[in-house]
Amino acid sequence: MARVGVLALQGDFPKHEDRLRALGCEVMQVRMPEDLNGLEALVWPGGESTTMTRVMSDELRVALTEFCVHHPVWGTCAGMIMLAHTDPDPRVRTLGLADVHVNRNGWGRQVHSFEGELSVVPELESPTQATGIFIRAPRITRIGKHIRVLATIRGEPVAVSQDRMLLTTFHPELTGDDRFHRLLLSWILEPQRSRISSTGDRT
Amino acid sequence: MSATGTFATKVGLAEMLKGGVIMDVTNAEQARIAEKAGACAVMALERVPADIRKEGGVARMSNVAVIREIQDTVSIPVMAKCRIGHFAEAQMLESLEVDFIDESEVLTPADEEYHVDKHKFKVPFVCGCRNLGEALRRIAEGAAMIRTKGEAGTGNVVEAVRHMRSVMSEMRRVKGMADEELVHYGKEIGAPFELLKQVRELGKLPVPNFAAGGIATPADASLMMQLGAEAVFVGSGIFKSEDPAARAEAIVIATTHYRDPEVLVRVSSGLTTAMHGLDVRTMDESELLSTRGW
Repeated sequence: MARVGVLALQGDFPKHEDRLRALGCEVMQVRMPEDLNGLEALVWPGGESTTMTRVMSDELRVALTEFCVHHPVWGTCAGMIMLAHTDPDPRVRTLGLADVHVNRNGWGRQVHSFEGELSVVPELESPTQATGIFIRAPRITRIGKHIRVLATIRGEPVAVSQDRMLLTTFHPELTGDDRFHRLLLSWILEPQRSRISSTGDRT
Repeated sequence: MSATGTFATKVGLAEMLKGGVIMDVTNAEQARIAEKAGACAVMALERVPADIRKEGGVARMSNVAVIREIQDTVSIPVMAKCRIGHFAEAQMLESLEVDFIDESEVLTPADEEYHVDKHKFKVPFVCGCRNLGEALRRIAEGAAMIRTKGEAGTGNVVEAVRHMRSVMSEMRRVKGMADEELVHYGKEIGAPFELLKQVRELGKLPVPNFAAGGIATPADASLMMQLGAEAVFVGSGIFKSEDPAARAEAIVIATTHYRDPEVLVRVSSGLTTAMHGLDVRTMDESELLSTRGW
């Protein structure tokens, strides 16, 4: 049974916990650095990146950076922002581990939040069409050359991976599409490859 | 193909606010302080509930210019209140693209019979409740989030505790009921049978369940979270205290670490005086806000 952590600083961590338990995982909430001990993978849920920035202690920031370099990790929405890069803003301090640049609230305010048809790469198993829920979602504006695109909407990437790091701008945990959770779990058994981004600009 | 304003996108935003603190603000400067302190959303309003109580008069939807200014200042979701049943105010708030509308008993009710038909809107709604029946009536009307009413503007958490305990204990009763008992119970508490069946299956409300009304300290936030709230609203408690920025931050951290008294002690140690507060038992029936709506 895989031991998977769900970062529980703020956001929709309960939905991720439900999905992971349904897949047979032992799920632990992560709020303190020591909560990461013994975990095999981590989900960084959606929520508000400004809140996560404020609530995260310096010790937790260091511990999360270390953990995410060595283990499979998945960021959804705000969780993705925190793992990637975004325009300079004192309110949001991301870890910058993924060679991906995002625009926060790229689709606009809540009235523009939407459900849309995704095109998913065949490796993620059928169906290659699925619905994604985008809530005040970020938009990917640049990706590095080692980034794989796993899903798109109208040709625009919305799910990408870099080694064993998965990033989605939408919320599979809200639709019951458990392929992304299963992809994360499959990486626990995979050997670690080089994962430092080609830009090397970790912050 | 894509669709906006679906019930899934409405509840989705409520899900994203879990574990966070939504703070009442009356201007852009307060909104900036709230966001910096870690609020997951702000509620734009003309006067905080404590001032509405003191000054009296009709309390209405916020000034449009103030809402716009707050929207321009922060990147977190901006909520605003409309009066119970005042669907024209709600239409204006939707046109302003606020992220969530609170159909609130804190404002003077505009309709004594009907609440807003919330299914008609693309913007999600949150509504207050005192018990399970009231929560499910609001969900039937389209609310995507439920909060306790508590007794706003008192700085006294006792009513929020009462309302959260009612909802939680009624849900525990529902879990063991047979269909015929559920039909009877639905009639008794004025709740739709289909929604009661969902509560029985899920063991919780079909939409997120937050706490509001009288929360003034980090300990109050922790108490409500431990009683089952999934996030908290803080109204007058922050900007009616002597140390708004520090108190706001302390309540945010206390909400994340609500089960850890050591963290609560640490974040509370630098705080000065909380808002003065009112004893709800000494108040006249006519002064209560929680009895508005049904």
